[in-house]
Amino acid sequence: MHPADPLPQGDLDALVIGAGVVGCAIARRLALEGARVAILERGADILDGASKGNSAILHTGFDAPTGSLELACIRAGHAEYLEIRERLGLPLDRAGALVIAWTEAEAAALPALMAQARANGVGDIEPLDAADLRAAEPALSHRAVAGFRVPGESLIDPWSAPLAYLAQALAHGATLARGTEVTGGAFDGARWRIETPRGALRARRVVNAAGLHGDRVDRLLLGEAGFAIRPRKGQFVVFDKPAAALARHILLPVPNEITKGVVVCRTVWGNLLVGPTAEEQTDRDRADLVPATLAALAARGAEILPALGGHAVTASYAGLRPATERKDYVITTAAGGSYLSVGGIRSTGLSAALGIAAHVAGLCGAPGAWAAPAELRWPRVANLAEGAPRDWQAPGHGGIVCHCEQVTRREILGALDGPLGAQSLAGLKRRTRATMGRCQGFYCTAAIARLTEGRLAQPMVGADG
Amino acid sequence: MAEGAEIAIIGAGPAGLAAAEVLARAGRRVVVLEREAEAGGIPRHCAHSPYGLREFARPMLGPAYARALVARARAAGAEIRTATTVSAIRPGPEVEITSDAEGVGRIAPRLVLIATGARETSRAGRLIGGTKPGGVMNTGALQGLLHLNHRRPFARPVIVGSELVAFSALLSCLGAGMRPVAMIEAGTRPTARWPAALLPRALGVPVLLGTEIVAIEGGARVSGVVLRRGGDEWRLDADGVVLSGRFRPEAALIAPAHLVRDPATGGPEIDEFGRCSDPAFFAAGNVLRGIETAGACWAEGRGIAQAMLRALAGGLPAGPGGRIALGPGLGWVVPQRIAGGAAPALPVLQLRAAGALRGRLALGAGAREIAGRSLAALPERRLILPLPPAALADGAEVRLGPEG
Repeated sequence: MHPADPLPQGDLDALVIGAGVVGCAIARRLALEGARVAILERGADILDGASKGNSAILHTGFDAPTGSLELACIRAGHAEYLEIRERLGLPLDRAGALVIAWTEAEAAALPALMAQARANGVGDIEPLDAADLRAAEPALSHRAVAGFRVPGESLIDPWSAPLAYLAQALAHGATLARGTEVTGGAFDGARWRIETPRGALRARRVVNAAGLHGDRVDRLLLGEAGFAIRPRKGQFVVFDKPAAALARHILLPVPNEITKGVVVCRTVWGNLLVGPTAEEQTDRDRADLVPATLAALAARGAEILPALGGHAVTASYAGLRPATERKDYVITTAAGGSYLSVGGIRSTGLSAALGIAAHVAGLCGAPGAWAAPAELRWPRVANLAEGAPRDWQAPGHGGIVCHCEQVTRREILGALDGPLGAQSLAGLKRRTRATMGRCQGFYCTAAIARLTEGRLAQPMVGADG
Repeated sequence: MAEGAEIAIIGAGPAGLAAAEVLARAGRRVVVLEREAEAGGIPRHCAHSPYGLREFARPMLGPAYARALVARARAAGAEIRTATTVSAIRPGPEVEITSDAEGVGRIAPRLVLIATGARETSRAGRLIGGTKPGGVMNTGALQGLLHLNHRRPFARPVIVGSELVAFSALLSCLGAGMRPVAMIEAGTRPTARWPAALLPRALGVPVLLGTEIVAIEGGARVSGVVLRRGGDEWRLDADGVVLSGRFRPEAALIAPAHLVRDPATGGPEIDEFGRCSDPAFFAAGNVLRGIETAGACWAEGRGIAQAMLRALAGGLPAGPGGRIALGPGLGWVVPQRIAGGAAPALPVLQLRAAGALRGRLALGAGAREIAGRSLAALPERRLILPLPPAALADGAEVRLGPEG
């Protein structure tokens, strides 16, 4: 792999380690506060760890532990997403969620969950009996006993959001170095010197947003870690677009101690998603798909929405959540406040990222820690949501390359360009949806290999043979 | 020009090009809309024989065959617009298209032929486990890389499946200097007929029958696969995985449109004239069902084009005709409806069963047998029955019964 990005030079106000959704949001917030920021990512492209696979829901925090830092960050993050998303070109599908009890025992747990939601500031919930559920969700199995509606739960694009955060950070002077792993570092009382195989960087503050490797980075730089990552795998199956019409809402089960449980929901791209599982493992990087589990997820989806049984699975994926032994986020400072560790951002990181970033900025003394720009820039990212205006509708698009997701040549070339250009096939997929449709590359692999040849730090198999 | 076309054909593969030739030769203004930059369909990247025996009376390589079909359609007067994607079909008929030069446009022909072909089932659709390294692809993608890009994605792949296309993948690999380490088939015998099934052994590639692929391993690239036979699981080193066969119609245009789709085939529901539930729309070729050879699709395109000419002259029986039901053990039937009338475009009922079949296959209405035959067939093999001579009422069923 040949890193494409130059290594940031000079004195930095803040160095963010890890370009997942949390790192991207923190880089954005600090850059908007006027800090001179760099962000390091060991993967070939951003969003290469926990942020690459999740359920793409913007949560309200209705079921988060009351009084927790996690809840505060979700509430703040949700609110800021709604406030900024139009200026950045980010989609929002206000699907709303139905929390559904499938047994009398689960139904008995609903009043406490609704009380918790209200205590968490989510006051617009609405109890539903079995008839209400069927009216709200016509394709739902008649075995549903009772539930409640959470109108604020929404669907977003889990990849365009962090891309936009980072694009705005870069628009305010931040720099990104992908393919750059932190190998060591020391604090001299005034500045951190952070080592990488490509050279050293100097920064007044270091923010560890290394997700699945967060405790390792703490130990590397501080000699100890205040938490231990316990990777928790989540497998998902994705059904083809015709299935999306079966679910109007995000369909949530009654959660238990470990997990929010298996969710059925649309995606902003117009598919239907069933997942995740919650499986503890030790490997921090490798998330294996298990055929029996995928089949069980598809079957569980068809129990919830019986008509799903006739629909085709078009994709499957497994993500890893950076869970810890703790229930809450672990956001701490060290080395006289010059080191911030942002750990244990488990399944709610996408919803909470902007809130976490504001919290971290506060720990750095913002606002007022740096000279904030008088006027903010708002770069827009591509809105790939189903039904949104797309590039193929305007002339000069160069032809459609990925037919299933209607991705044009112009979109692909655009996604390869600039300081945030894709550096791996996975990164290109996340930016454009190319090859992510029902054919999974049957038709367009050759064309995409031609377009990406010589452009990716991690070349596409078949583009270099 | 496309704007004034009487007939729009979606897809410039063998079925669409054959139909274009027939319709244009009859003096009709035809436009063929092809989303790829080059017309010809899948044969463009199948660089081995035999193509063209039926159409051109000589064995040809896929790319030459594709070029010959394009040349014949053009010579007959059909317009072929490449790099033009149909983004929607609507009642009218209306066809929404997009192209680089014009962005979105609409055309309103008198009739539309859907000939969008088929594609192989992806890794996700097969629920294969393991990690997601690069180097896992369908035969279609492999042949695109080899024959359109002249790139070799791997050197020692595993080929999954044993339909005819798996042997096409095998030949493609060997022709490009790759050495498949094995062919994997979950069934107890190869799906393709003799003599193709003898090919791998002759070429020294082991065929593992009764064997499933459980998991794919690797980081950036495939490093191996985990296989299972009975209770045994073992790992095989490989640097690529070719997932062949299990074709499904490319029916993405139909799902959101007003046309009735047959959940069994995944393609549009048609009568024996290739006519869809909206009689302004016809369909031909592999969009109708899994997979047939290019020659069969070509013949189908010609036959259905003749029916379209009759439709333009008001000469087809009124639809929709009765729908044929399927008894236990049968996967699908094409055509799904019988309108009755002379000179059907599809001369037989095509059927497929998932498992092995033995007994009497019969189309009946109540106790009356309309057509039937005795057979002993392997899984996924092509089955046919004579077309019923007259229109069916709803309620006719194809059944598999005991011999007698």
